Amino acid sequence: MSQNDARSRPHSTSGAHPGTPMMHGPRTGGGGPIEKARDRRGTLKRLAAYLRRYAVHLVGVVGLVTVASLLDILSPYLLGLAIDRFIASGDAAGLLRLSLVMFGTYLTARVAQFGQQYVMVGITQRVLRALRGDLFDHLQTLSLSFFDQHTPGELMSRLTNDVDAIQIGLSHTITETIAAVLSVAGIVIAMFLLNFWLALGGLVVVPLMLWLTTAVARRTRRGFREVQAGLGQMNAVMEENISGARVVEAFGRQGRAVADFQRANVRVRDASIRAQSLAMMLPPLLMVLGNLHIAVIGGLGGWLALRGLVSVGIIATFIVYALRFFRPLRSLAELFSTAQAGLAGSERVFDVLDRVAAVGDRPDATELEEIKGQIEFDGVNFQYVRDVPVLTDVSFSVKPGQMTALVGPTGAGKTTIVSLVSRLYDVTQGAIRIDGHDVRDLKQDRLRRQLGIVLQDTFLFSETVMENIRYGRLDATDEECVAAAHLANADQFIERLPQGYQTPLSERASNLSEGQRQLLSIARAALADPAILILDEATSSVDTRTEVGIHQALLKLMEGRTTLVIAHRLSTIRNADVVLVIDQGRIIERGTHDELLAQRGFYHDLYMSQFRRAEVLGQG
Amino acid sequence: MKSLLRLGRFLKRYRLSMALSLVMLAGTVATDLAIPRMTQTVIDRGILQRDMSAILRTSLAMVGVTAVGAGLFIGNSLLAVQVSQSATADLRRDLFTHIQSLSFANLDRLQTGQLMTRMTNDVMQILQFTLLTMRMFVRAPLMIVGSVSLLLATNWHLALIMLVLIPAAMVVFWLFAAKAQPMFLEVQRRLGQLNTVLQENLSGVHVVKAFVRARHESARYDRKNVALMEQAVAVGHLLAVLLPFLQLVTNLGTVAVVGLGGLQAIRGTLSVGQIVAFNSYITSTMFPLAHLGMMVSFISAAAASAKRVFDLLDTAPQICERPDAYDLPLIKGRVALEKVAFSYDGHDRRSVLNDIDLTAEPGEAVAILGATGAGKTTLINLIPRFYDASAGRVTIDGVDVREVTLNSLRSQLGLVLQESILFGGTIRDNIRYGRPEATEEQVVAAAKAAQAHDFIMRLPEGYDSWVGQRGVNLSGGEKQRVAIARALLMDPRILILDDSTSSVDVQTEIKIQRALERVMAGRTSFIVAQRVSTVLHADKIVVLDRGAITAIGTHSELMEGSSIYREIYASQLGDDQRGQQHVSE
Repeated sequence: MSQNDARSRPHSTSGAHPGTPMMHGPRTGGGGPIEKARDRRGTLKRLAAYLRRYAVHLVGVVGLVTVASLLDILSPYLLGLAIDRFIASGDAAGLLRLSLVMFGTYLTARVAQFGQQYVMVGITQRVLRALRGDLFDHLQTLSLSFFDQHTPGELMSRLTNDVDAIQIGLSHTITETIAAVLSVAGIVIAMFLLNFWLALGGLVVVPLMLWLTTAVARRTRRGFREVQAGLGQMNAVMEENISGARVVEAFGRQGRAVADFQRANVRVRDASIRAQSLAMMLPPLLMVLGNLHIAVIGGLGGWLALRGLVSVGIIATFIVYALRFFRPLRSLAELFSTAQAGLAGSERVFDVLDRVAAVGDRPDATELEEIKGQIEFDGVNFQYVRDVPVLTDVSFSVKPGQMTALVGPTGAGKTTIVSLVSRLYDVTQGAIRIDGHDVRDLKQDRLRRQLGIVLQDTFLFSETVMENIRYGRLDATDEECVAAAHLANADQFIERLPQGYQTPLSERASNLSEGQRQLLSIARAALADPAILILDEATSSVDTRTEVGIHQALLKLMEGRTTLVIAHRLSTIRNADVVLVIDQGRIIERGTHDELLAQRGFYHDLYMSQFRRAEVLGQG
Repeated sequence: MKSLLRLGRFLKRYRLSMALSLVMLAGTVATDLAIPRMTQTVIDRGILQRDMSAILRTSLAMVGVTAVGAGLFIGNSLLAVQVSQSATADLRRDLFTHIQSLSFANLDRLQTGQLMTRMTNDVMQILQFTLLTMRMFVRAPLMIVGSVSLLLATNWHLALIMLVLIPAAMVVFWLFAAKAQPMFLEVQRRLGQLNTVLQENLSGVHVVKAFVRARHESARYDRKNVALMEQAVAVGHLLAVLLPFLQLVTNLGTVAVVGLGGLQAIRGTLSVGQIVAFNSYITSTMFPLAHLGMMVSFISAAAASAKRVFDLLDTAPQICERPDAYDLPLIKGRVALEKVAFSYDGHDRRSVLNDIDLTAEPGEAVAILGATGAGKTTLINLIPRFYDASAGRVTIDGVDVREVTLNSLRSQLGLVLQESILFGGTIRDNIRYGRPEATEEQVVAAAKAAQAHDFIMRLPEGYDSWVGQRGVNLSGGEKQRVAIARALLMDPRILILDDSTSSVDVQTEIKIQRALERVMAGRTSFIVAQRVSTVLHADKIVVLDRGAITAIGTHSELMEGSSIYREIYASQLGDDQRGQQHVSE
């Protein structure tokens, strides 16, 4: 997928864009550059697998398309027949009969068209639902390392833009391609059957048309690539100066920002004018050729008619054919690029579906029923990227019910250590054992259900407060949720909310303060009632009184549980049974707070430079 | 609709090109309408009267007319592209300039994503709209009017058919549109809900994994997925009726021409050529009519976009210079807030700051401490006039900040904002951001003072290292130090640092703090801090609580006199006696 990322739209900030057929508006000449799938055949095959369930429906659709297309070729012939047979001979009754036949033909064609569209919409939307669902379900199985490499925005784009491209591809290309091919072929055959020379004479314009279309398309593609590059650059300038608008203002740089933007803006404008002008030359030129076709039919047909080689009715039929001939031919070119975009989108979707979870259950994985909470790191080495070690030879063990604090500078590897316990990643070397079992031999789901994790970055869902707490254990009753909230000191603020526990949280829970969000995530963990607790202590940004509440809640939560905490507060460190000092992926010191101070090493320096100084001043 | 008319302002500059383009468009319509007339001549005069020269003459004339039409069409297209692209580029420029002129209070309400959408999707809609207006939208009605008039002139009996069919098609279309519009909106709404579930799932992937909630999440997603599918199918079924129906109306026209026209031809009141020509006119009339359908949905989308764009352009910046604003002379650095109150909505009910009286003498360091939401950031944002006080006044060297020009005020302040945002460019460019003319020595000096020089030199390309998109990744602490260097390069009399050490670990905090202690010397400085350890050395520590100052003093004064301060101190540094015993041991 990574190869494709660079090519995918530079900034898909919009996320969702109208996915409905009508909102796409008229497809005007040109469009963007054509994206191509790398493995067209393979992608098609997999897409076909989704369609296989609807094979019967699809056969019906193809049948209906064929009927509609053929009937539409028949009707101009009926026009010619009317002129030659009935008008020329003055047969009014026959003419009326023919008109009725004509009406019947049209009506049948339209009904077939309706039926075909009706069925196709159902198929398309069901396939899309299946694709989206499969993608989502598959994402749930992937390991964290996948999500480290791909931003939410990128994955969002897979499920919106790419699925959208598939939708347009599916709903239009299949039926329209069949219809267009049938029309073009049918008209050509009909023309030759009706009059060989007139057909031949008229069709001289076709090679001319094909040459013109491909030549212009080749050039415009180059032009649109330039437009895309320009747009990417302009969006970058834009995003930066809009998200940083406060800084721009603070430093009075508005003028420069506008000048930077205007440069990119003008570049986009000029490139667009160049590319689009070229693309827009095509329809008029094709129109000339179309009218030329009619002129040839008129001239040649007239000459043939004078010699009695063709009837007036046939000429009339040819003129209608000529009017109908160019539209499907033109739309074929457009359909080709739509299909390409759809295929490219499918390929990116399948790329994600093909990802295998880096961390998976072994076939013989055991289910650990009730864990006591003993954790052991045995010579653990870990690297996210080859040859960039994050942890080196980390060994320690935690007894059930003990609290272990991890201390050290940013990037030392503390977060990695706690992530390994819940097996969000697998160790590169060594082993991690819980109650003596290697975590790789355990079923992940069972393991994680017995771990409680409270992260620094609290994440809440846009549901009610109650549902967010219940996330910890789905079968918990309301009473249990309230009890958990009480334990987490969260009940007071929840009851003050406008609708109490039923208050819906807005997206990203912006209606709660940072501290309140942390209390909720503690309640969530409390409800899960885990044997092992993993905490990432918040560095700051919570007001003092809430912080006291959080601290007390955590103490209650830790009672009787094995706890691994990334500590930032002196009080936490002092309470810990063991303090591990981590630096550059190694445990460099270990012991209790008092022992470590006595060692006069790294921890002592850390303590002296930060906490001690404050305390000394505090005394003075 | 009114919004679409306002777009005229942007097109005004290009009115000559536009007029010319529309004249050319009318020309192509005329040539298009001439072609069926000429086929009629070929049939009636040439073939039926066996006049070969008429056939040849008319055919050649057709080629000529076609060529002229194509020339005009190309001219029209080129001008249309030129005008629409230029006008939208102007619109984009105005939008961007306007966004840059907005003040903090405006930006608080508008999210970056929203603004980006205005500038990309909405502008693109408007571009498409102007382009199509100058081509299809005008062409279609012209074509319809032209065909119908020609038909009326040739044979009004037959033309009556058209006069029935066209309004009938339109009525049907409007009925459909009225029914479809809310359904489309519902599709959008459900799509939005589906994406919300997805967005949350992706951003909260840690939580989902930690609580083993994959199955629960899949079920949640599938519910929304099915809801979306059902609505999309319903809309699709409606459309499946509409499009064949519109086409059937065209077909009816053809049948009528053949049947009724044929009868007239038998009676001798209509020629065969005319029937053929009529048939062409019906196709060329009804085809644009089917397009009208798409146009309507397009126009309503463009109107919605135009409205959003103009709503943004109409948003007045909350902070404006007075007409008689003068440049603030070189300042000494005495800052005073006098009985200042502030509320974001301008009402007293939700006031953020109340009755603030605070003076900083030149060179004094003022630290502001308090809970999240106490009003710390708001307080310091009043000094550079990012917001205006609702009551009271803010003065620098005795001058009310509202009396002077914004540039002269802000260029004398060094600001380190809450988020350290860097821009795409080299580190040097970023440090020079506020003073592009600064020399290399000044840049390095500022970086050294901000404790940033060492880590910058360790980067592969030193000061030339690229940051921002596709650049080197700086940690939060590193970004902050670059932001501090950026502020220092302004050599400000007054330094304002917001929350500057919240997102870094203890060691980095110590480094930043050392940097600050040095650079604050001799400048009036305001520091918003979360941690007590940051503020110990301040000349004045201000404790804010719910928008009011509850205590001011030095650390030792506050340890004696302020219970809130003691509480904060205790919670952050541990209140138990053990720690202090260790010190004394």
